[in-house]
Amino acid sequence: MSLIGAPVRRVEDARFLTGRGRYVADMTLSRMLHVAFLRSPYAHARIVSIDTRRARELPGVAACVTGDELAPCARPIRAESKMAGYRATEFPALARGKVRFAGEAVAAVLAESRYAAEDALEAIDVRYETLPVIATPEAAMAGDATLVHEAAGSNVLLSRAFVQGDAEAAIARAPVVVGGRFRFHRHAGVTLENRACLADWDAGARELTLWSSTQVPGLLRETLAELLDLPAHRLRVVAPDVGGGFGVKSALYPEEVAVCALARLAGRPAKWVGDRREDLLTSTQAWDETIEAELAVHADGTISALRARVVADVGAYSIHPWTASIEVIQVISFLPGPYRVPHYRGEGWGVATNKAPMGPYRGVGRPVSTFVTEALMDRAARRLGIDPVELRLRNLLRPDELPYRSPSGVVWDSGSFVESLERARDVAEYERVRAEQRRGRDAGRYVGIGVACYVELTGVGSAIPASPGAAINTGTEGATVRVDPGGTVTASFGLACHGQGHETTLAQVVAEELGAQLENVRVIHGDTAAGPAGTGTYASRSAVIGGGAAMLAARALREKALAIAAHLLEVAAGDLTLADGRATVRGAPDRTLTLREIARAAYAGAKRLPKGMEPGLEATRFYDPYFGTASNATHVAVVEVDPETCAVVVRRFVVVEDCGRIINPLIVEGQAIGGTAQGIGAALLEEIVYGDDGQLLTGSLVDYLVPTAAEVPAIEVVHLERPSPTTLGGFKGVGEGGTIGAPAAVANAIADALAPLGVEISELPVTPERLFRLISPGGRPLR
Amino acid sequence: MRDPVTVRLRVNGVECQGRCEPRKLLVDFLREDLGLTGTHVGCEHGICGACTILFNGEAARSCIMLAVQADGAEILTVEGLMQNGKLHPLQEAFREHHGLQCGFCTPGMLITALDLLQTNPSPTEGEIREGISAVLCRCTGYHGILKAVEAAARTMREA
Repeated sequence: MSLIGAPVRRVEDARFLTGRGRYVADMTLSRMLHVAFLRSPYAHARIVSIDTRRARELPGVAACVTGDELAPCARPIRAESKMAGYRATEFPALARGKVRFAGEAVAAVLAESRYAAEDALEAIDVRYETLPVIATPEAAMAGDATLVHEAAGSNVLLSRAFVQGDAEAAIARAPVVVGGRFRFHRHAGVTLENRACLADWDAGARELTLWSSTQVPGLLRETLAELLDLPAHRLRVVAPDVGGGFGVKSALYPEEVAVCALARLAGRPAKWVGDRREDLLTSTQAWDETIEAELAVHADGTISALRARVVADVGAYSIHPWTASIEVIQVISFLPGPYRVPHYRGEGWGVATNKAPMGPYRGVGRPVSTFVTEALMDRAARRLGIDPVELRLRNLLRPDELPYRSPSGVVWDSGSFVESLERARDVAEYERVRAEQRRGRDAGRYVGIGVACYVELTGVGSAIPASPGAAINTGTEGATVRVDPGGTVTASFGLACHGQGHETTLAQVVAEELGAQLENVRVIHGDTAAGPAGTGTYASRSAVIGGGAAMLAARALREKALAIAAHLLEVAAGDLTLADGRATVRGAPDRTLTLREIARAAYAGAKRLPKGMEPGLEATRFYDPYFGTASNATHVAVVEVDPETCAVVVRRFVVVEDCGRIINPLIVEGQAIGGTAQGIGAALLEEIVYGDDGQLLTGSLVDYLVPTAAEVPAIEVVHLERPSPTTLGGFKGVGEGGTIGAPAAVANAIADALAPLGVEISELPVTPERLFRLISPGGRPLR
Repeated sequence: MRDPVTVRLRVNGVECQGRCEPRKLLVDFLREDLGLTGTHVGCEHGICGACTILFNGEAARSCIMLAVQADGAEILTVEGLMQNGKLHPLQEAFREHHGLQCGFCTPGMLITALDLLQTNPSPTEGEIREGISAVLCRCTGYHGILKAVEAAARTMREA
C-alpha cells in the first residue's frame, strides 16, 4: 500500500501529548532578559515626550528604550508593492513622532523577569497630544480627513479594478438584477499561542539567532537582514513549535525587529512573550470590508454580469510582505467564484484608519467574496423561483470548460465544481431537509439550508505572487533529502509547520518516493540554518510546493541509490526495486541491499561506487508549480433559528471537498473540519469591535468569542480526491478552504430559514442582536 | 515587589519547593521555577483553559491562581499523565483520533478531559462537549477531541 494516502498517525503528537513541545515561551537562555512593551493608550496621538528615567532605575531593569533610541539599530518595516498607485508606508519597531493605533508599541523595557519589566512600564512617563481619530474608511476618505500617514499623502493606500466585458451594459439589459450592501466585520485569528520571540546576539561570531512564533522564518531572515543591517548569512531564524498561525503569524512584526535590536543593544538574549491582550490589540486582523455588489441573471438563471465595489479598512499600517492590499485584492480577484461570469467589474480600495493592521487570515478575502457571491446567488434564485442548488448547477464551470481563465485572470486548472455540489446535496439529504423545513414552518419553526460553492487557488507558483504585487518571491520551495551514512533519512525544508503535521505528511512523501521506511525518515522544518532557502508555510502551499520539492529530491536520491545498488549487485538498475528501505533484484529476493548498506557505499567513496560517480547520498531540489492549482468544495449548513432568543443552532454541516491526491486523510479531515469551525465562528460569534475613539472593545476572550465544543456542530467531510493535473503528485492545498465556505453557507441557511419573513443576511457575524433587529425592526419579538 | 516566600507542594507525585514573589502566578511558578513548561499560557484571564491542571484532584486554571495558593497542594500537570513510560489512555486516544494539531491547547485539554472522566466515566456526546468547552482549541474544530475522549472513556472503563 502506498504511504501517500495512508492515515498515518502523526509523529509530532508524542511530544505534544506529553508536555514536551518546545514553543518560544518555553525557551530559556543563559543571561536572558525579558521584554515588555509600553503600548499606546490612544488610537492617534502625537508623542510629545517620553521620560524613561524612573523606569531605568527600578530594580531588575537592564534597559528602557524608546523609538528614537532604537531607530539607529533598526530601520522601519516598509511594505513595498509593485502595484500601480500603491502608497508604501513605514511601520517602525517602536513608534516615532506619533502613534497610529491603540496598542502600538512606544517603548520597551528589558528586565530580569517579565514581572519586573511590566512594573517598569508603569514608571515610563509619556506625554501625548491626541489627534483626530480616523475610525472608519468613510471618515478616512472625507476630503478634510486627518492623514494616518502624512508621507503617503492620502488615507487611500491602494485601489485596483478587474474588468472583463461590459458589466454596466449587461446589468442594464438584464431581466433580473439582485444586489446588496454587504458587511463582513473585523476578525481576529486568535492562535492559542500568542506571538513570542527570543533573540540572541553572538557578539563574537557577529551572528544573530531569532526564535519566533512565526509561519515564515525564511522570509523574516531576508527582511530582518536589511532592517538590522546584518548580512543574511549572519542571521538565523527558527520557528520552533508554533501554536497555530492561520495567517496571523505570516507577516514580519515590529516586535520581532525590536527584540533583535534590543538583544544586540543589551548584549544579552532578549525574550518577549505576548499576552492575549497584546495579541488582540496588535496581531493582524482580517476582513473588515464593505461590499456593494450586483448580480445580473438571465431569465433562465444563467449569470450575465457581476459588479462590485469593495472598501477595506486596512488599519494603521501596511504589513510586510503582504501589504495592505492582500484582503481587498483577493476579494475582487475571487468574487466570480467557480461560476461562468461573462461580464465582471470588481473595484477595491484599501483605506487606512487608526486600528490594528489588517493582514492575511485563513482564506484571505475569499470568505468575504464567497459570502457575497453566494448570497447573491440565493437572492437571484428566490427572485426567479429557481431552487438555489439548481441555479448553481446552471452556472458552475463544468470539467470540459477547464482550464478556465477567470475574469480577474486567475487560471483554474481543474475542478470538480458540479460533482461536489451534487454530492453535497445528496449527502446533506437536501430534499428531505426542504420537506422538514416546510413542515416546520407550519409549526412555527425556522429551519434553513444554505449552500456555498467555492474555488480557491492553492500552491501558487511563480506566475503570480501569493499576495498581489508583493515584492517577494513566493512561488518556490526546496527540499534537501539525505540518506545518512547509517541509512536513516533526514529531509529538511524551508517550510514552517504550525499544526499541519508536516513532520508526518512530508515524511510519507519522502518515504514513498525514495523507497525508505517511514519510521526512518525525519523531517526538519522551520530553521533557516537547517534547510534549503524558502519562505515558510502560508497560502495553502506546503503540500503542493513542499511536497513537490520532496518528490523531486527523493526521486533523485532513489535513482542514485539504485545506481549504487546495481553496481554493487552487478545488475542493471532497471532490474532492481527499491521499497521499504531495501533494493532487491526482481525475481531474486535473496539478492538484496538495505538502504543502510547502499548509504555506507555512497559515503565510502570511489572504491565502492560506479566509475565517475560523486560520493554522498543527498539531493536538494526546488519546485515551482508555476500557476498553482484549484481546490474546491461545497459546504451545506442546516440551521434552526430560535425566533425568541434569535440564537442560531447549526444542526448539520456537510463539506464535500476536493484537495486532489490526499497525502494523509486524517490530516486533511482535520484541516477541513478545523477550518470550517473557524468559518462558523466567523459567521456567528467572532467580531473585533472598536469604539469611535479607536479603542478596542473586544480586548479579551470574554468579549471576543471563539467557538467552543458546545458551539461547533458535527462536521461531515467527504473527499472527492480528483488529482491536480498540473502539480507534481497531484496535490492541491487544503489548509484554508474550510474557512472560505462556512460563513457563506451559514449566512445562506439563516436567510433561507427566515425567508418567510423577508430577511436577508448582508452582515456577518450574525449575532443574536443583529438578527433581532432584522427579524423585528420595530423591536418586537417574533412571538 | 515583596520578599520571596517559599512554596512547597507535590507536583506529579514529587515533592517540590521553590521561592517566589507572593504575586507570582501558579502557571509561571510551574513553568519557570519548576521547569514544567508543558502547562501553557494562552490568555492569562481564565478563559482559554490551556493552563488547566488538576489541583487537589480537580481541574483548575493555573493562570488565575497564585503560586502561594498552591502551598501544600497536590498538582497534576500534563507531564504527570504518563505512567511507567506508558501513555495515558487519553494521550493514546488523542493520537489515534487526531485530537490535536498545533498542540498548544493539548495539555489543558487532556487535563480537562481527565477531570471530566473522573467525575463522569460514561459521558454522553453532549456531556463531553460541555465538559471540554472549558478549553478553547482553534485548530481541530473539536471533532477529533470528542472522538478521543469517547474512546478513552471506553478504554478506562474496561481497564
